[in-house]
Amino acid sequence: MTARPSTHERRDRTLRIALPIVVLALGLAIWELVVRIEDIPPYVLPAPGVILRTLVDDWVLLSQSLLVTLMTTFEGFLLAAAGGVGLAVLFNQWRILEYSLYPYAVILQVTPIVAIAPLLLIYLPQHAAVLACAWIVAFFPVLANSTLGLHSVDRNLADLFSLYGASRGQVLWRLKLPSALPYILGGLRIAGGLSLIGAVVAEIAAGSAGAGSGLAYRIAESGYRLNIPRMFAALLLLSLAGIVIFYLLSLINYLALRRWHESALGAER
Amino acid sequence: MQSAPLVALRGVGKEFPSGTRALAGLDLEVRPGEFVALLGPSGCGKSTALRIIAGLSEPTEGAVQWSSATAPRQSASRIGFVFQEPTLMPWASVFNNVSLPIELKGAPEINAAERVRAVLDRVGLSVFRDAYPRELSGGMRMRVSIARALVTEPQLLLMDEPFAALDEITRFKLNDDLLRMWQALRTTVIFVTHSVFESVYLSSRVVVMAARPGRVFTELAVNAPYPRDRNFRTSPEYAAFCRRASEVLAQAMAAGGEP
Repeated sequence: MTARPSTHERRDRTLRIALPIVVLALGLAIWELVVRIEDIPPYVLPAPGVILRTLVDDWVLLSQSLLVTLMTTFEGFLLAAAGGVGLAVLFNQWRILEYSLYPYAVILQVTPIVAIAPLLLIYLPQHAAVLACAWIVAFFPVLANSTLGLHSVDRNLADLFSLYGASRGQVLWRLKLPSALPYILGGLRIAGGLSLIGAVVAEIAAGSAGAGSGLAYRIAESGYRLNIPRMFAALLLLSLAGIVIFYLLSLINYLALRRWHESALGAER
Repeated sequence: MQSAPLVALRGVGKEFPSGTRALAGLDLEVRPGEFVALLGPSGCGKSTALRIIAGLSEPTEGAVQWSSATAPRQSASRIGFVFQEPTLMPWASVFNNVSLPIELKGAPEINAAERVRAVLDRVGLSVFRDAYPRELSGGMRMRVSIARALVTEPQLLLMDEPFAALDEITRFKLNDDLLRMWQALRTTVIFVTHSVFESVYLSSRVVVMAARPGRVFTELAVNAPYPRDRNFRTSPEYAAFCRRASEVLAQAMAAGGEP
């Protein structure tokens, strides 16, 4: 087993990192140039430089909002993870429960969250409503993936467990959950991004109701005030948050599976 | 004088819900310490028979009788089962895979670590106790699977074409190791295979099965002495047994009707 990558592989990897950066730099340069040459005012389209300066100037305000949004996202994600995996386990243990409730989980998923958010804001206190939105959007992929994972146990291994008289609990803890782990982690990876979306949607809905201080609220508020650079700056922070969440979850996925699951293995064998 | 059978199938039939008749009127007696091979074409129900003996599948007719020393249900730990694939838990180390049967039993009187160490020693994998299944070769994975089946010191070891997926060199090596373990442990083995050569090399009795529906066609005693080794594999005696088994198998296949 040689761990050293060939020159070809190395060049491939360099290109995969370098090319997107080149594209980004080019895009930003053209953007900056067009704004300057055409002399476009910042309330129509701010140049990248202006956006960056706004980000620095408004950092105190924006970072506080970022924190609020991240907290909501994180809480929503945790609830979605617990709810999704928990429900999947319950469904797996009691078929009757699955038959009774699964259709409603699907309905909750297919109804656009933007349409549900205002309603939630009427019945729930604001923080709870925002959380509920993040949860509704994020929990379904966890539930669907975990359910799939719990059902895709190797049949021979299941036979082996029954041969040795394993209890239901042993089958769940020692066989079904480990088998489902790659699926669960896949669901969580999707849920991370979705809980951010849920939080943002709820904040915007709540913001129009007159309260809130998250990043999405900042975007809406800046929009009303025609503070376009701040809108862009807040949007940039949201994207960055999304990227960080995705890579954090990918890292957790890798750390949990690297020793045994095909998806986390390198190309070398 | 022949000892009482350890396990006996009496008129066992199995019809799947789909209507397929996998077995009909299967009679088979296995005495303690025997090495019995079930040989037959694919679809003759030999794996189904094995699953019925293991209690993983219920016969629709007939019965499985155990000698009084072993009642079938509490005998779970007295049966070891080796599947066609190694069927290891990919998330667990070799050690944890092998100790699984003991842990599922929750038998505190057994020193699990000691047992696992001994059985890993026996299959020659002590060095790999902390490795994960994916880090092992196909042959080594099968050894882990055998170690796991042996860790409860079963009276009856059921093997379902365990070496079918391995290359011939690995297969010969595992055949030899299996025979050595069988002799050392004095256990009883029922070995399902579709290889004439393997069945003759390993077993003291080859039970040839016919298909549609699965049943015992005939039996063939391989009364060559153990220990058997490379010399036996190249002996005229072995060749003669193989020829005989091949002929019987051909007859069995004719009787079962080509699909």
